[in-house]
Amino acid sequence: MLLEIKNLHAKVEGNEILKGINLKVDLGEVHAIMGPNGSGKSTLASVLAGKEEYEVTEGEIWFKGKNLLELNPEDRAREGIFLAFQYPVEIPGVSNTNLLKTAVNEIRKYNGEEELDSIDFLKLLKEKSKLVELDQKFLSRSVNEGFSGGEKKRNEIFQMAVLNPKLAVLDETDSGLDIDALKIVANGVNKLKTKDNATIVVTHYQRLLDYIIPDFVHVLYKGKIVKSGGKELALELEEKGYDWIKSDKAEIVA
Amino acid sequence: MENITDIKKYFINQFDEFEKSLNGEKTSEFHQVRKEALSNFSKLSVPTQKDEEWKHTNLSPLLKHNFSTLVHKENVSSEVITNFLFDKTEHSLLVFVNGIFSPELSRLIEIPKGVVIGSLAESLKNNHPIVKKYLGKYAKDENLFFTTLNTAFTKDGAFVYIPESKVIEIPIHIIFYTKTGSEKIITQPRNLFVAGRNSQVTIIEHYISDEENIYFTNAVTEIVADQNAIVDHIKLQEESKKSFHIARMEVDQERSSNFSSHLISHGAEISRNDFNARFNDEGSECILNGLFMIGDEQLFDAHTMIDHAKPLCNSHEHYKGILQDKSKGVFNGKVMVRRDAQKTNAFQENNTILLSDDAVINTKPQLEIFADDVKCSHGATIGKLNDEAKFYLKSRGIGEKSAMAILINAFAIDVITSIKIPSVRNYLENIIAKQFIG
Ligand SMILES: Nc1ncnc2c1ncn2[C@@H]1O[C@H](COP(=O)(O)OP(=O)(O)O)[C@@H](O)[C@H]1O
Ligand SMILES: [Mg+2]
Repeated sequence: MLLEIKNLHAKVEGNEILKGINLKVDLGEVHAIMGPNGSGKSTLASVLAGKEEYEVTEGEIWFKGKNLLELNPEDRAREGIFLAFQYPVEIPGVSNTNLLKTAVNEIRKYNGEEELDSIDFLKLLKEKSKLVELDQKFLSRSVNEGFSGGEKKRNEIFQMAVLNPKLAVLDETDSGLDIDALKIVANGVNKLKTKDNATIVVTHYQRLLDYIIPDFVHVLYKGKIVKSGGKELALELEEKGYDWIKSDKAEIVA
Repeated sequence: MENITDIKKYFINQFDEFEKSLNGEKTSEFHQVRKEALSNFSKLSVPTQKDEEWKHTNLSPLLKHNFSTLVHKENVSSEVITNFLFDKTEHSLLVFVNGIFSPELSRLIEIPKGVVIGSLAESLKNNHPIVKKYLGKYAKDENLFFTTLNTAFTKDGAFVYIPESKVIEIPIHIIFYTKTGSEKIITQPRNLFVAGRNSQVTIIEHYISDEENIYFTNAVTEIVADQNAIVDHIKLQEESKKSFHIARMEVDQERSSNFSSHLISHGAEISRNDFNARFNDEGSECILNGLFMIGDEQLFDAHTMIDHAKPLCNSHEHYKGILQDKSKGVFNGKVMVRRDAQKTNAFQENNTILLSDDAVINTKPQLEIFADDVKCSHGATIGKLNDEAKFYLKSRGIGEKSAMAILINAFAIDVITSIKIPSVRNYLENIIAKQFIG
């Protein structure tokens, strides 16, 4: 098992947001996590990445047989977790190239590999930027600074391509994209998919799942996974909307 | 009050001994200037926080020590100096050890005829006409305690003279290396840089020490940029965190001259830099950039003044500070636009990052504008390092130290991108984050 989340509870600013999540992800799989706004999808993604504000109060996360909650954010990334942020932050004065070069080499060092020299590194950048059809000029620009919404999302997938993670968590990478950009991003993700890695696609809409076909779909609502199924569950949600889940859940509780 | 009389008396009492150490040189014309300065000095008192210019800077830690003006010759190997070079071979190098010129450690590269790059003591001895004409003309010292002290005890320093139309492409790297034993010393470099009409030169004043000792540097630098001259000045402070550094730079800019100053400082226990530039004629440009990075209980104080005495000049000032622990920063940027100085452009900006809740910055832009057709602006920001950005970097596999280094460099970088020499820029990029990532 690549990732195993057991009964995860997490708090932010005193409020419990995640209320007992269970999830297993194996190599070669694509999982979609869907759910209405505010249900805790980004919180789950942030907890996986190790954001400090999110306090895990109960439960466990195992990744590649390691206790993820004992690792700091940078070591999680070095172990192979990648989060494509819902709202990527702008970092004036730090070029994409500089960020990636430092990241690639620190990850390699962690794994006992030699650093890439400049030539090999630039080759890697060039190759991966083609994958998401990202103009070369973005490489030397400051990270996300002045990028359009679509460019930011594409840049996240570009970074993912360069860092080549074991587990990619894409947090609403589709929102704000027009259909052409959506296809480019989905195409990039599909090309990066192998038997030896896994993807969690967090999305509000079914649309992205026409292009990235999930093996499993989970519905997150009020901090819990209330329904899991195959890709047909996404279509059902599209058709009936989230109200169905909400009332369904109410029934269960009642 | 006791302390104040003490330090004054203390220095005055040392003057006789100092005079003896000058040997034959005390018969020179300049010695009269020293004696006058000493007489002025005896009428002044140490600045206190009641003095508007020293409001945020308490000098009492400095006054606790007795610093000897008598400096013994120290033997220093060139390897020590090599660590502080930007480029192992390419720059002309003047090395001063404890304020005294060291020919063995220095070297000059491709110096055209008429150009002087060397020791002020030497040129004082020879009564060099340029020294006679300019020394003490801009750093007037009637009422400035530390400048007067420097003048009274002037012994050596760097003298650079670039005659008309000479272009010195190779930067002049001047190192002031302080090496003290158990004794606490004061060194008082006195520098004079004169760039003649249409000339061009880059000068780096670099203050270093490689031990954490207590000493006092009290430096005065006078710079003349004659008509159409281009002078790039860089000052770098990489000194003992227990030392004291008080310095004054006075710049005179003649018509259509172009002067730039970059101050990069890791501070001292107390460091105070007064940088004053004056437009003496039209059509000139002045850049004052600064970057200071301090921690522990260091105090860094920069007072700058750009005097737009004449019309049609541009000034551009940008100071940035990064403060951690319980350190304290002071930035006071005065821009004076006099009545005749129409069509002035003056821009000033000060940005500070506080890395801890205990660090403090006092920043004060001070624009005094007496002309009506001018463009002036100023701004100041105080903030923290962006935690979101730091988490973003970490989430990519970048560790704490590198993430800090990257963000600090990103904050600092625009103050040094205007430095034209790549090897100096590289050197600076390497030392910028050093203090914060241990
Ligand atoms: N940093 C935070 N501070 C305070 N509340 C937060 C924070 N992050 C998320 N929340 C709250 O947690 C809940 C879930 O948010 P989120 O995980 O972003 O949901 P989703 O991604 O499913 O839209 C919301 O009520 C939101 O207001
Ligand atoms: Mg979200």
